[in-house]
Amino acid sequence: MTHTQTSDHWRMERDNDDIAWLYFSRKDSSVNTLSTEALTELDDLLTDLAKNKPKGLIILSAKESGFIAGADVKEISSKKTIEDAAEFIRLGQAVFDRLENIDCPTVALISGFCLGGGLELALACRYRIAEDDPKTKLGLPEVKLGIHPAFGGTVRLPPLIGAPAAMDLMLSGRAISARAAQKTGLVDYAVPKRHLLEAARRTILKPPAPHKPKRWQAMTNHRLVRPWLAKVFRKKVAAKAPEKHYPAPYAIIDLWQKYADTPGRMLREERASEAQLVTDETAQNLIRLFFLQERMKSLGNKDLIDPKHIHVIGGGVMGGDIAVWCALCGFTVTLQDHKHETIANVMQRAHKLFKKKLKLPRLITAATDRLIPDITGSIGLSQADVIIEAIFEDINAKHALFKEIESKIKPDALLATNTSSIPIEDLAKVLSKPERLVGLHFFNPVALMQLVEIVCGTDTDQAVIDKASAFARHIDRLPVPVKSTPGFLVNRILMPYLIEAVVLESEGVPASVIDKAALDYGMPMGPIELADTVGLDICLHVAENLSQAYHVDIPERLKNLVKAGNLGKKTGNGFYHYNKKKGGKKQQKKSGDSNMTNDEICDRMIMKMLNESIACLREQVVEDADLLDAGIVYGTGFAPFRGGPMNYIEKEKKAELKDKLSKLTEKYGDRFTPDAGWSN
Amino acid sequence: MPQKKSINTRNVYIVDGSRTAFLKAKNTPGPFHAADLAVNAGRALLARHTFHPSELDEVILGCVMPGPDEANIARVVALRLGCEKHVPAWTVQRNCASGMQALDCAANNIASGRSDLVLAGGVEAMSHAPVLYNEAMVIWLGGLFAARSIGAKINAFSKLRPKHLKPVIGLIRGLTDPVVGLSMGQTAENLAYRFNITREEMDQFAMQSHHRLSAAHNNGLMNEIEVIYDHKGNYFDHDDGVRHDSDMTGLAKLKPVFDKPFGNVTAGNSAQITDGAACLILASEKAVEKHNLPVMGRIVDTEWAGLDPSQMGLGPAHAMAPILKRQKFSPDDIDYWEINEAFAAQVLACLAAWKDSKYCREELKTRSAIGEIDTSHLNVDGGGISLGHPVGASGARIVLHLLKVLERNNATRGMASLCIGGGQGGAMLVEREAT
Repeated sequence: MTHTQTSDHWRMERDNDDIAWLYFSRKDSSVNTLSTEALTELDDLLTDLAKNKPKGLIILSAKESGFIAGADVKEISSKKTIEDAAEFIRLGQAVFDRLENIDCPTVALISGFCLGGGLELALACRYRIAEDDPKTKLGLPEVKLGIHPAFGGTVRLPPLIGAPAAMDLMLSGRAISARAAQKTGLVDYAVPKRHLLEAARRTILKPPAPHKPKRWQAMTNHRLVRPWLAKVFRKKVAAKAPEKHYPAPYAIIDLWQKYADTPGRMLREERASEAQLVTDETAQNLIRLFFLQERMKSLGNKDLIDPKHIHVIGGGVMGGDIAVWCALCGFTVTLQDHKHETIANVMQRAHKLFKKKLKLPRLITAATDRLIPDITGSIGLSQADVIIEAIFEDINAKHALFKEIESKIKPDALLATNTSSIPIEDLAKVLSKPERLVGLHFFNPVALMQLVEIVCGTDTDQAVIDKASAFARHIDRLPVPVKSTPGFLVNRILMPYLIEAVVLESEGVPASVIDKAALDYGMPMGPIELADTVGLDICLHVAENLSQAYHVDIPERLKNLVKAGNLGKKTGNGFYHYNKKKGGKKQQKKSGDSNMTNDEICDRMIMKMLNESIACLREQVVEDADLLDAGIVYGTGFAPFRGGPMNYIEKEKKAELKDKLSKLTEKYGDRFTPDAGWSN
Repeated sequence: MPQKKSINTRNVYIVDGSRTAFLKAKNTPGPFHAADLAVNAGRALLARHTFHPSELDEVILGCVMPGPDEANIARVVALRLGCEKHVPAWTVQRNCASGMQALDCAANNIASGRSDLVLAGGVEAMSHAPVLYNEAMVIWLGGLFAARSIGAKINAFSKLRPKHLKPVIGLIRGLTDPVVGLSMGQTAENLAYRFNITREEMDQFAMQSHHRLSAAHNNGLMNEIEVIYDHKGNYFDHDDGVRHDSDMTGLAKLKPVFDKPFGNVTAGNSAQITDGAACLILASEKAVEKHNLPVMGRIVDTEWAGLDPSQMGLGPAHAMAPILKRQKFSPDDIDYWEINEAFAAQVLACLAAWKDSKYCREELKTRSAIGEIDTSHLNVDGGGISLGHPVGASGARIVLHLLKVLERNNATRGMASLCIGGGQGGAMLVEREAT
């Protein structure tokens, strides 16, 4: 006989064995997140339960989408004062404490994602059982939002699985599979769906000893070991995220190093640290980006297109990688390129990526089978639902290709080009239906860069644009619709910054000094190294293309390097020298000092980027400032903690920045003239 | 000989076919497993036709030694080709003729009305043939696993002897007849002895095979090859066992490998150990119309024959004879021939046997000698000696290539045949309509 008790977000059922099954299903949402309301209700339920103690408690999700995605990010971001934030955190901590101290066996039964606060809830249970399925993901991604676990996660995790594994999860923010979680001890059992409920039931009826870390794992939390390990952790984090830009991971290490022996104190410190971080600008900016990412996702309605077969024409760096990525995402892909060598090269790259991402041999084989070489296009053209042209940037070659294929492809197939420079309407001219061509502009490397510019020509049909955005979502990329003006959005804003860096270099500022200034600002890679990585020929091509439309002086230095065949990393020589014997490590060609300060160097590069951003908005290349920021962050890696160029302009005050530009114009000339948009 | 042709049959059409390049084994496992080869032979083939792979009625593959992860390799391949779960698949094994057996099984099911559209072919990755523990080693391992206490384990372990480490080379065992105790090469030596075939004749035949294949490659006549790519950035677009500069002096230098030191069968005049796959689409008239499929030709007749295992190389002579008799043909009625080159001696012996009236009367039960096969119409683009003999695949390859040769010459009738280890022969008669 079962007894059911329900509230807005929770449902409790007592079964015949007197086991309480507590289902979480957040009202008005397809995803379970922990809000004040949901936490308060849980608190009440647990209080009731303590009075009428069951044999055991099993917490699970009643939603298809997963267990719990974390705390409610919207609610967190709404806490503008430290006190408000601390209040919310205190509630979560108190509820999970109550859960931990309830006097009966407790099981978190995890299917699908179990992230952030969701995993912290699971950590407060005595046992964790996860479904062994690819959709199950466990992790503590808080650092990605500039914050850290604060419902007791930093307190409970290290003693459970040892510091190295715990820090890996908290500092990287990565999510792991059920099986990996079982291996580290994060979950007690990873079982297939067919045994899930029975596993929980039997664990309650015959509770085993709770998980204990191995002796060496426990040793890592010893107070004599912690200072040493903390150093190692800090060094590892510093390689990816400097403390002044990203304080959260360092706070996690500090908490653990200082307070791991006194859990009660640690909980209080965790709360204080988190309340501070939440209200800081870094977290506010990163959380804003999180919502912008959600917005970009919503721009693509997957229902608009049901692609099964993707045909990519051109097996170069971009075309090849797009084809490989689509195959990885589960689609049948035909790759058309008349050269066997090119396709062989793509197959090699494919194997590398599949191995890294899929790991299991049978999955690698399946992905490889999906990627079909198609020298003449005889297989793919007539069957594909999406056709992506990615041959070299030559309008005549592209015209010839489009003329040839238009009659061969399915009438309702999505026809896209990955051109980075040619206006879509110019390409579409040769089509009998120019309205069907759209730009799908990917960024290099495709597997890392999440952004895809959906380039809309003047003739492009809105339905085609929507379909292209939908397709981007099918391959897990973020779409941003942009106008088909030269450089589109990302290259147009990135290029002035790169060119200014080259100008600085030709003025005698050492490349490493320039790169360091950009890194200090928060860029993921210095502009000079970036140019070398992309290839100087490609940079020059893009710059020349832009120079036809905008006022861009191409530095002689860049032209000369390309003329000499020094194209960057790929040839071993560019602005830097790349020593093959040392695994391609970069070496400074010339050294020297510059009399310019870091700030001046940085200003010159960044201000050009900001000026161009303002121009893009004025010309409505992209819908609004938010999407511009999202595009630049996800397309170039622009310092995420600064929240994008427009956000930076907003925070730094427009007038002052405009002033700065005027001063630079006086000193360095026209190229810094403030855009008309600054006055808007 | 009784007439064996089956009754009330439907026509069986060969629609199209592809194969991988045949890749010579280089002492270490090659870049592709058997299933990879078959998938690559079949994938582009299926993709270029209008029907979806899931519309196939079944998939049948011949394979002698699938890898340990390839039990019922046809099913593995069918699923990887996107045939979806409801398309059944099965693997057949008749040693060197497994690929032809697959075609015959497909043809039978189409003829009888059980199937309309079948993917059939053969595959072998001989370079991946297993190397096994010997029995003594397996017994030792069993003892070790069964030991429970530390003492028992040490005791069991101490029984390891050097002889345990001698591996069983699966490929060598597979190519040795367990009944008569002769290697395949030795059966070829038997035929050379019986029909007085000299070393020079064998080498001459081998050289011609290489030269013919070389010319075929150079003239782009091997267009049934589907280029295959490994994951190290290499691609394979031609049969790499070919020796463009093969000559008699070089061949004469090779030492006999099976009957040392006096034999005549060398590595040079025997088929190569090779990896490869070939796939064909077979269809009924109904399927051809329904999916608007092209037709390369029609399977007219098939024969399987048994003979003395120690003379297994004469299999083609035994299998082709009844077809000619049934169809009331003389050798001159056949436009082109493909007789798989397991050994030069063995193909030459087949030709000799048909010219030998005593052999024909006594062994093939004909009234007189069957006659001569025009060697200028036999294996016109080379064969197993030059491009290799991946045992499971060859039967499918020769039928496919025979149809290509007929098409090229606008000829109508061809015969494909193989000798089969264990003392059998298989033959298939195909026809196409001249244009």
